[in-house]
Amino acid sequence: MKQPHVSSSENEDQVQSPTLHRRKFLSNLGLTAVAITGLTACTKSETSNALNTGSVSDSLKTGTYNDIDILNYAYLLEQLEAAFYIMVVGNFYSGGSSWEKTRLAQIRDHEISHREFFKTALGSSALPDMQFDFSSINFSDRMSVLGASKSFEDTGVSAYNGIAYAIKSSDYLTAAGKIVSVEARHAAYIRDLIDPLSFADSTIVDSNGLDVANKPYNVVQTISPYLKVMPDLKSFPYTI
Amino acid sequence: MNIEQIFSDIEKQDPEVYNRVDTRRDSMREFARIGGKIALTALPLALGGIFKKAYGQTPDTVTHVLNFALVLEHLESQFYNTGVSTPGLIKDASALQGYKIIQQHEKEHVDFLSATITALGGIPQKSPVFDFTAGGTFPTVFSDYETFLAVSQTFEDTGVRAYKGQAPNLKMNDTVLTAALQIHSVEARHASYVRSLRSSYYNDEKIRPWITGASTAGIGSSVAGNYAGEDNTVQLGINIVGIDGFNISVEDASEAFDEPLTTAQVLALIQPFIVS
Repeated sequence: MKQPHVSSSENEDQVQSPTLHRRKFLSNLGLTAVAITGLTACTKSETSNALNTGSVSDSLKTGTYNDIDILNYAYLLEQLEAAFYIMVVGNFYSGGSSWEKTRLAQIRDHEISHREFFKTALGSSALPDMQFDFSSINFSDRMSVLGASKSFEDTGVSAYNGIAYAIKSSDYLTAAGKIVSVEARHAAYIRDLIDPLSFADSTIVDSNGLDVANKPYNVVQTISPYLKVMPDLKSFPYTI
Repeated sequence: MNIEQIFSDIEKQDPEVYNRVDTRRDSMREFARIGGKIALTALPLALGGIFKKAYGQTPDTVTHVLNFALVLEHLESQFYNTGVSTPGLIKDASALQGYKIIQQHEKEHVDFLSATITALGGIPQKSPVFDFTAGGTFPTVFSDYETFLAVSQTFEDTGVRAYKGQAPNLKMNDTVLTAALQIHSVEARHASYVRSLRSSYYNDEKIRPWITGASTAGIGSSVAGNYAGEDNTVQLGINIVGIDGFNISVEDASEAFDEPLTTAQVLALIQPFIVS
């Protein structure tokens, strides 16, 4: 198989550093998006652990994912959501009803459940604990918090919808299905707090009655402003 | 629908697909030509044309699953058609508007699934005749708002469980699986909305947008089967209660994961609503 062009300095970074800075990560996204264009199917490794084997080249060239990659992708999203709601509940804004606070605390507990589920399922293959930058969110302002919440929930739904087809294990596929519908329940609830009757409006449901399904590349772009440091490039199925 | 993605999916399954349907460029040009002239809702038909040209047929299993889903969508669609058009049933103007949104989606699902089944070479299941009283279990379903809300919640939550249960049966067709999941999450949004309506109506925080344990949220034993198994707190052998030392209660752990139903379970649950 042909090797995609990756400079030696980038290779060194990928091998030696557990994390990549955002700019480097995004530039690699651009590179790899070009690199996979026109490539045809290669044999994929069912057993490779992308975190440990340095299999980035194979993963990028085939444009396919293994289940560990996908679970880590979900784990990243759940880490983001859990960290966000822990902040929200730890420093509640004023102006919300007591029910609203109760339910945001429930959502926090759901997201922690999802996060720890993936962490446990992944075991030694799990991404490290991620650091997040929520400085763009004003946690004392109700609409700032709910706006971010809506974005995270809708993005989560679209991410699971967009990646589920690539999951090889039926058990993992079902697990993803069990989680995505709860995220959709959250999204609908939060949306109606912001704007009544927006629970499934035309910004997210198309004329066939279908919700959004986003590719990892788009999802990572949406959440990248909240990531202090990008996770290891090798571990992400973001290329298609 | 993303045409590029659909082509990629087909290509993954069959690298020689373009030899079967002339060339990729011709196929894309054909789509561009068609796409400019037809409504988005007709897209499944165009897609199916390509499938049939390439393979002559698609696996039966996929159309069977879609027909199963279509029956559920007929059920929901007709339920809401009657509900929103029954004078005095949904008195709250906002709730009526919300139900019209849901009604529209269910109609779109019926149309989308029907078109996709046809496109894949199958025959869309005709709508059964429904009895929304379920043989007298819900005699006031269209005259009593509370009963209507209860049946609505049950249909939405059960729909979510039904689609979830079918996902592994659609693994052979990435495009259809993705579309089914895109319907699945819309049903979950509906369920959340209806549960919130009931929560407000009864002023009861315990009726939540998510499903707590195997609770029917006050509806009662008539729908207990629709919620059976939702109290699961162990996922892939991992106990979610108190996981990793976090304060995750039994309620939290059950709410955090919705549970699937098998085809047989769903059919048994909707059987009382089907006359013929």
